[in-house]
Amino acid sequence: MSITRKPQPVVSSTALPITRIAPSRGWVALRLHELWDYRELLYFLIWRDIKVRYKQTVLGAAWAVLQPFFTMVVFSLIFGRLARIDSDGVPYPIFSYTALVPWQFFANGMQHATLGMVQHANMLKKIYFPRLALPLAKVLAGVVDSALAFVVLLGLMLYFGIVPTVNIVWLPLLLLLALVTSLGVSLWLSAVNVRFRDVGYTVPFIIQFWMYATPIVYPASLLPEPWRSLSGLNPMAGVVEGFRWALLGTDTAPGPMIFLSALVALALLASGAFYFRRMEKTFADVV
Amino acid sequence: MTDSAIRAVQIGKQYQIGQQRVRYQTLRDALVQPLRQFWRRDRNAQASAERFWALSDVSFEIQPGEVVGLIGRNGAGKSTLLKVLSRITEPTTGYAEIRGRVSSLLEVGTGFHPELTGRENVFLNGSILGMRRREIARKFDEIVAFAEVEKFIDTPVKHYSSGMHMRLAFAVAAHLEPEILLVDEVLAVGDSAFQKKCLNKMEDVGQQGRTIVFVSHSMPAITRLCSRTILLDGGRIVKDGPSHQVISTYLSSGLGTTAAREWPDLAKAPGSDVVRLRAVRVRDEAGGIASAVDIRRPVGIELEYDVLRPGYALWPHFTLHNDEGVFVFASFDLDPEWRRRPRPAGRYVSTGWIPGNFLAEGMMIIGAAMTTEEPQLLHFYERDVVAFQVIDSMDGDSARGDMTADMPGVVRPLLQWSTVYSSNGHHAGEPVPGFSQR
Repeated sequence: MSITRKPQPVVSSTALPITRIAPSRGWVALRLHELWDYRELLYFLIWRDIKVRYKQTVLGAAWAVLQPFFTMVVFSLIFGRLARIDSDGVPYPIFSYTALVPWQFFANGMQHATLGMVQHANMLKKIYFPRLALPLAKVLAGVVDSALAFVVLLGLMLYFGIVPTVNIVWLPLLLLLALVTSLGVSLWLSAVNVRFRDVGYTVPFIIQFWMYATPIVYPASLLPEPWRSLSGLNPMAGVVEGFRWALLGTDTAPGPMIFLSALVALALLASGAFYFRRMEKTFADVV
Repeated sequence: MTDSAIRAVQIGKQYQIGQQRVRYQTLRDALVQPLRQFWRRDRNAQASAERFWALSDVSFEIQPGEVVGLIGRNGAGKSTLLKVLSRITEPTTGYAEIRGRVSSLLEVGTGFHPELTGRENVFLNGSILGMRRREIARKFDEIVAFAEVEKFIDTPVKHYSSGMHMRLAFAVAAHLEPEILLVDEVLAVGDSAFQKKCLNKMEDVGQQGRTIVFVSHSMPAITRLCSRTILLDGGRIVKDGPSHQVISTYLSSGLGTTAAREWPDLAKAPGSDVVRLRAVRVRDEAGGIASAVDIRRPVGIELEYDVLRPGYALWPHFTLHNDEGVFVFASFDLDPEWRRRPRPAGRYVSTGWIPGNFLAEGMMIIGAAMTTEEPQLLHFYERDVVAFQVIDSMDGDSARGDMTADMPGVVRPLLQWSTVYSSNGHHAGEPVPGFSQR
């Protein structure tokens, strides 16, 4: 037997927010205020990523340091010792490691964010939340790894007797530039990856090509003009050279080039965000 | 606009078949397909063939505080409708207006991470479901107590039993406090005691005046929670009204009144490589197929099956539900001839007889099942496989006697009654037939 109940409204219904659900066409607004409303979810997603990233590994968070460290060792042996690539007058190990810290932040963020959408397909299919939160959380979670890698960088500088310059105050801005670039690329790639898994397979190649296109194993000073100026189109070139300038005092002060980098990065982010939002409505159906 | 909590206006949702069937396209397909279509010059014909409407022209209004059930067969569009209302997917046509904060519960434990502890997952899952951190912290003890996992709250959930996992996940969801709650079939979890607890909790939520839309295949749950039910079929609303009416429409129309079902093709017959179901029939005493039986007469449920691999002792059985979805009983074949005996391969027909004057009036729905004894394994369970109608001709010799009004109850046995009369108000001390006194 069913018991019929008189409906009683919880609160006066006029005070309640009204959500309108209707088909959208083409480009849609970013709705960043909504992302702000979901900031606690963003916080928990970041927290979860950090928390589980190195679970059930013996070395745990040491991996955050070991990865760039051993890459640096290999680079130092091959490019520093064997190929004797110029390193702007600083020891090659620290020259490459300084570049690897922001680079790994960028590359890992991009990789995790691109694959993250598919990895968390279930969330996309079962829960409503601003989809932008997912790649954003993935990229932001990398900040902790970078901080750990940065501590080692300070240790290396101490070892090589290098005192950071006052320009170190610009580091947060440079890191922000890396973040914006990483997020911008991630938004494009993750939105496409939801439909075409091919993207997931190409990410390692993109990262590899991009790394050699960025002055990490070599100094930008090695590039002849006009390539050197044009390399500013690659925001990561600006970030890496900026890191060396701020920390190691190399003669690579970011000039007008960094503005070009910043413009490119912002364009990537804005276009990525709009493209992502446009594709977003199909995520739950195709993922 | 009116003060409805939910107002859906002509909602339609179109899917490409490929979107649901194929997990994902490759880039190559996407590049090649338009070219092919260009060469074939039949873009429109092909496009229409690959699309289907999961929902079409769905309109309804739900008032604040209403608890509405959503029923229909698999693929009727129930889950799609909930997804549209929860903004997980966009409608293709039409629109909906929702007044108030919405929480949707299409799955329990979304976002649960096996490596995190119970405590951590409560916070994570709570925030995924839209709760504020402070709100979760406030309800934390209540959630843990509801889930009955106090001792293990700081253990990673990968060490939980599946029951504990589900209980914790549901407990978080049960403590949501939105104005509107959209719930998909999530009660099919845990043991029956916990299910009951969840139903009670949902009932409480309903009484607090919250609007709930509830999808379920469990008709008792729908009857119990919802005063109103919407029946979907093929993406359209078939009926919308008081639950008991809609449910009986659903149960009688959805199934038809097939009293016999057969699987002529062995390969398509339900079952395993050990045993396959070939037919289920409702028989009357005379041996005919009976879609309607007199309430006073026995009715036989016949299971015909092929044993393909010999050497297993079998438990043929069937289940019986009434048209409100109440599980009336299950019955196992205990024929001593074959009980506990490994069977040779071949065709078998097992019939169980339900006595007359036992079932209530109305539609009875049979599920046919087969378990091997060793190992104890279910080889098929065909729910809702056949159905028959129990009819009381009201001749006065059935359990209802001379009463003509609607008679509730799951069974209607004809009991032996005796009445003792004494004029002075004392018992005469006659023993009740069939019972000894002390």
